[in-house]
Amino acid sequence: MAEGKVDPVHQFTIEPLFGTDHWSIAGHNIAFTNSALWMAITTLVLIVFVGGGAKKAQVPGRWQMAVEGLTGFVDTLLQSNIGEAGRKYLPYVFSLFTFILFANLLGLLPLALVGIHPFTATSHFTVTGVLAIMSFAIVLIVGFAKHGFHFFSLFVPHGTPAVMVPVIFPIELISFLVRPFSLGLRLFVAMMAGHVLLEVLSGFVISGTNAGVGIFFLAGLPSFLLMIGICALELLVAGIQAYVFALLTCVYLNDAENLH
Amino acid sequence: MDAQSAKLLGAGLAAIGAGLASLGVGNVFAKFLEGALRNPGAADGQQGRLFIGFAAAELLGLLSFVVAMILIFVA
Repeated sequence: MAEGKVDPVHQFTIEPLFGTDHWSIAGHNIAFTNSALWMAITTLVLIVFVGGGAKKAQVPGRWQMAVEGLTGFVDTLLQSNIGEAGRKYLPYVFSLFTFILFANLLGLLPLALVGIHPFTATSHFTVTGVLAIMSFAIVLIVGFAKHGFHFFSLFVPHGTPAVMVPVIFPIELISFLVRPFSLGLRLFVAMMAGHVLLEVLSGFVISGTNAGVGIFFLAGLPSFLLMIGICALELLVAGIQAYVFALLTCVYLNDAENLH
Repeated sequence: MDAQSAKLLGAGLAAIGAGLASLGVGNVFAKFLEGALRNPGAADGQQGRLFIGFAAAELLGLLSFVVAMILIFVA
């Protein structure tokens, strides 16, 4: 690696903050890492945000309105996708949506200005994969508990001609089994790609600025302006990806709840 | 051609997939806007479907990014 080059994937390094490799349960290292720290911070911010707004004022203040707006948003999402039966999933989908949203946004905070390195927990497949498996497990549990083995009719869309069933069934089965991967992969790659892009551009700015005035105006400055734009885009992506994750969870839950 | 340069070339070729997915994502939003401007009253109710389409189109582009990353760092 060339001298002074910015390594775009270094930001994703997971390092133990306290605890060592010897802290292990059944061969798995349980040292407290920066990933765990930022997930804990996300949870803490989430609890403070919701707890601070969970008042029962007749005339809600700004904070209460913000929390009510968010819960109302997730509630509408569930109602429009699942219907009245979707109400009972509100705690899960709300936690999922807000956790992903806050984790995405906290990872984008410019805290490096004061020497703290924000870590985006959702830019790791281990984290998003577990979230996706949780959603998928709930779909399976609800589906089999509610419909029993009739749940398999999910793989044969209504009105399929009998001749087509052997063809349709494997296709639908594969598309069903791929869901947890696609769900986790989408969030992880979208967050990771955005952060790599920002880091690469910051590398252009730093090397361009170091290389003299001409290169600075030719490459450094445009890269910096582009970075500002990409940062705005990343804020949008952070929101959209959290929304898409919650939305797809709702769609999958609808399959389990209502079949076709 | 040695293996390392073949990997990097493959990763570069994978970027074509990201460009093609951008066509798909653009198409999703373009068609949505087209329909939404014809019938603005029904547009708000279809935003969920818009984002499902967006997510499906985007995923395939993100897969090409995964392929590139695997070629550079894993393979």
